[in-house]
Amino acid sequence: MSPQKRVKNVQAQKRTSQGSSSFQTTLSAWKVKQDPSNSKNISKHGQNNPVGDYEHADDQAEEDALQMAVGYFEKGPIKASQNKDKTLEKHLKTVENVAWKNGLASEEIDVLLNIALSGKFGNAVNTRILKCMIPATVISEDSVVKAVSWLCVGKCSGSTKILFYRWLVAMFDFIDHKEQINLLYGFFFASLQDDALCPYVCHLLYLLTKKENVKPFRVRKLLDLQAKIIYFKNSENLWKTALLAVKQRNRGPSPEPLKLMLGPANVRPLKRKWNSLSVIPVLNSSSYTKECGKKEMSLSDCLNRSGSFPLEQLQSFPQLLQNIHCLELPSQMGSVLNNSLLLHYINCVRDEPVLLRFYYWLSQTLQEECIWYKVNNYEHGKEFTNFLDTIIRAECFLQEGFYSCEAFLYKSLPLWDGLCCRSQFLQLVSWIPFSSFSEVKPLLFDRLAQLFFTSTIYFKCSVLQSLKELLQNWLLWLSMDIHMKPVTNSPLETTLGGSMNSVSKLIHYVGWLSTTAMRLESNSTFLLHFILDFYEKVCDIYINYNLPLVVLFPPGIFYSALLSLDASILNQLCFIMHRYRKNLTAAKKNELVQKTKSEFNFSSKTYQEFNHYLTSMVGCLWTSKPFGKGIYIDPEILEKTGVAEYKNSLNVVHHPSFLSYAVSFLLQESPEERTVNVSSIRGKKWSWYLDYLFSQGLQGLKLFIRSSVHHSSVPRAEGINCNNQY
Amino acid sequence: MNPEWVTASSRHFIETEFHHVGQAGLKLLTAGDPLFLGLPKCWDYRQTMDSYNAPESTPSASSRPEDYFIGATPLQKRLESVRKQSSFIPTPPRRKIPQCSQLQEDVDPQKVAFLLHKQWTLYSLTPLYKFSYSNLKEYSRHLNAFIVAEKQKGLAVEVGEDFNIKVIFSTLLGMKGTQRDPEAFLVQGLILSPRLEYSGTILVDCNLCLLGSSDPSTLAFQVAGTTGACHHTRILSKSQLPSENREDKVLWTGWFCCIFGDSLLETVSEDFTCLPLFLANGAESNTAIIGTWFQKTFDCYFSPLAINAFNLSWMAAMWTACKMDHYVATTEFLWSVPCSPQSLDISFAIHPEDAKALWDSVHKTPGEVTQEEVDLFMDCLYSHFHRHFKIHLSATRLVRVSTSVASAHTDGKIKILCHKYLIGVLAYLTELAIFQIE
Repeated sequence: MSPQKRVKNVQAQKRTSQGSSSFQTTLSAWKVKQDPSNSKNISKHGQNNPVGDYEHADDQAEEDALQMAVGYFEKGPIKASQNKDKTLEKHLKTVENVAWKNGLASEEIDVLLNIALSGKFGNAVNTRILKCMIPATVISEDSVVKAVSWLCVGKCSGSTKILFYRWLVAMFDFIDHKEQINLLYGFFFASLQDDALCPYVCHLLYLLTKKENVKPFRVRKLLDLQAKIIYFKNSENLWKTALLAVKQRNRGPSPEPLKLMLGPANVRPLKRKWNSLSVIPVLNSSSYTKECGKKEMSLSDCLNRSGSFPLEQLQSFPQLLQNIHCLELPSQMGSVLNNSLLLHYINCVRDEPVLLRFYYWLSQTLQEECIWYKVNNYEHGKEFTNFLDTIIRAECFLQEGFYSCEAFLYKSLPLWDGLCCRSQFLQLVSWIPFSSFSEVKPLLFDRLAQLFFTSTIYFKCSVLQSLKELLQNWLLWLSMDIHMKPVTNSPLETTLGGSMNSVSKLIHYVGWLSTTAMRLESNSTFLLHFILDFYEKVCDIYINYNLPLVVLFPPGIFYSALLSLDASILNQLCFIMHRYRKNLTAAKKNELVQKTKSEFNFSSKTYQEFNHYLTSMVGCLWTSKPFGKGIYIDPEILEKTGVAEYKNSLNVVHHPSFLSYAVSFLLQESPEERTVNVSSIRGKKWSWYLDYLFSQGLQGLKLFIRSSVHHSSVPRAEGINCNNQY
Repeated sequence: MNPEWVTASSRHFIETEFHHVGQAGLKLLTAGDPLFLGLPKCWDYRQTMDSYNAPESTPSASSRPEDYFIGATPLQKRLESVRKQSSFIPTPPRRKIPQCSQLQEDVDPQKVAFLLHKQWTLYSLTPLYKFSYSNLKEYSRHLNAFIVAEKQKGLAVEVGEDFNIKVIFSTLLGMKGTQRDPEAFLVQGLILSPRLEYSGTILVDCNLCLLGSSDPSTLAFQVAGTTGACHHTRILSKSQLPSENREDKVLWTGWFCCIFGDSLLETVSEDFTCLPLFLANGAESNTAIIGTWFQKTFDCYFSPLAINAFNLSWMAAMWTACKMDHYVATTEFLWSVPCSPQSLDISFAIHPEDAKALWDSVHKTPGEVTQEEVDLFMDCLYSHFHRHFKIHLSATRLVRVSTSVASAHTDGKIKILCHKYLIGVLAYLTELAIFQIE
């Protein structure tokens, strides 16, 4: 008896039995009660939307009908309905139509799959439901797990099981996660026993198998099986067109139709088809190449080969060290990106082919993956972000940038919108390998600057942050480079002077960016913090990195910080000035010790500049002579402002950013006082006040005052002697 | 033409003829016209100029002192060349007009004929690591096994086991621009004739003759491979039919070449074989399998090579400039107007002699094509079209150019028609491919 017939018979039996028995259980009575209203609803709906008019029905109606159909199936076969077959048929049609037209949502698939495998309906219905389980976009993993659990119950027939496995294989790529399914590996493997299921289960296992699933007993079993069956049976046939449609849908229409104009061309999405698993190739030792080349291998090669160390066995760092001379390299160099041990290898190896292979792979992959190169490729954004993250992780791990990334930046920066993968992109910028600034400037920094000036303050801050990291990476690299090998071997700049020149150009460039940004953002404190963070790195180059370079900040930054309304800014400024002082004094001392005229003696201009800033600062904060030296403002103009006591107005007491400290200091002294007179802070109180400030966490101020101000009765600035006598 | 190229639902075919060309009355659009605005402000067209320019017209550029760093590694050299490409130096590029028959003497005319009149899909390919021309047989054996394994999804297959698909590697001798260019080679995927399968004869793979079957898409590997057991029966039943063609069928063809690839050759060591241009004909799923094998075996990387509108107009100019004894096809341009929901294609066909006449009128420097000439040539076409149809073609996107020499589609599809200019066409494509992989 064909399944179709059998179902009909069973249904017929049910109907007759229902008709004969007048007593029902309460539940089924309820069901019967429910039924007429339900079917009425449906028929009403049916009147409005004749079945034949499905193509013309609008989406909403279609959606409603689908919901109703799903609800119908969820409730299970209705027993007392007279036109039961008709209703069932109608609902099935609805589901099929929608499924083949638009695909089903994952929730609907969840429900229907459950129904198909639970055996509520007959085999024919189950088959039809299974056949139209076409996802709109994805299938949730849970649905599959639930479905598999039905297989164990034994409610569904063999043919349904087969169909389910075929469906699973065909739809495998659309399941959103596979971890849970992989946990059922043992179950699937056991299903190999069933001869009818075997070919499909084999195929499923092929898709599912991970390294950890491979066990000797399984291999033995499979070898047995291989003797019996040779090929997988094709599972996709049934759904071929549907699969294409889903893929098309998943690719989706371009969210930005405007881009149609701009794309160089809709480049064929190659990767989807070629490397379906992941962007980064799987680690494989180069067996092909080895075998292919074996004919012409010389004796020494053979000897080397015999002692070669297979990658698969490489587990630990000591192993790497022991076998570094005879390591079998991966067949695709890109796979090292996922393997930290091999990254070590890449980092220290000077073997050009290895590096070049990696370079080519990474450049091409970046280009291929980069989402803003292509139209209609936005849904791969997540994948691209992950890929960039992997690269950045590798770069951080190695503490070294990849040349491919730099080349990629050259090409992609002009096309970048400044939003997409911003954090990753800026991190790539910070890992640009050290090179001559003037060469890189037009390719990178000028293009970045365009975005910088036209974007929000947050973007500006992120750029400054990444430039700070870039500076730090360059400095680290240079300080290592100088100490590790003779200066002349440095690849990009033949002299240390050249390298220093490049770094100083970078700092000046950031200075220019910062000054302009401050003007554009009307002296935002937030931005200023990021700028001063950058200069915190800059001021310590001489001491921290042992590199002969001191570059001061531009006046636009210095005075903005000095006149800031924010105490933490002023504190940071004080700290930076303190560090500049340390660095410059150290440099001076070295010059005295060495007594040789090296090319790295700082010009007296640097010292003068520093002293100028220092004078201004001490004049403002300490000596209350703000506009004499340093910032010079004509007294007449100051008179015109009408501020009576402008001389005091910028000292540590009256400075707008410190005023609140002064008030709380006074209130602390005498809490009952109704009016506070900040001018009363002088003499002894002045030094108590200072202690109070220091206790409030203004450590930068403390360091600055300790180092730059003589504690005498007459405070005065102590500059650095700029007369270069040597 | 090829149906794949006619994608739009509404296609306006407008045929006009040039009676008068190069007249003072032609209203030329300025450089600031919408064409340039419509193009992405991308690096590639500027770079193309520079990349070409660097070795040829400004030899002094490479001898700048800062290019010779002490101990510069190939990677740094690479980066240098990328920088050179990426920087904007507004030098007008020039290219040579393809010369007649630059093929080497030892080239096999049968093989050349085989490459013509087929639609090839273009890919760029990074240098192949440890590729050796002496191992071609070995490779074909491995690739065979790989394909079989792929098609059967993972069941282990012994290397060399006979299957009904055969992959053959063969060199295309003489297909090169200079002596330094590595030899081009061809890979063919054949489906063995059922008779052989039936009688169990193993085909010896030393037979490297080319099978000129023209329609590779009728049978796909899938049919042969994935259906597995049932396939055998099908083949057997087919072989009983008397009308069945007993010849082996070519399913898929792909070839690798490098024509005037000096700029790339300079930067890699001898472990690598530079064949930056790869052309495939056959189902893409097959290209994917074979490409994957190459990627795994030689650590190379295939990327689809699209041709942007800028390069298409260069092709149009260069190919129009070629001297032809007789024209086999009209010169035809296809523009795409991206309007929602259906795009509109505008086809503009010109008699090839008229096109040539137009070219001659804008052409000044003998033997060379310059950027201005290309722009002028295209502008003339635009203004002519505008005068008749009041449509500014410069605001649309050029998607296809077909001439008697060759035709190219922006999706990276090319068909070469003229034997004489084969090398010239390939040289430009090689240049584009090299540009993409740098």
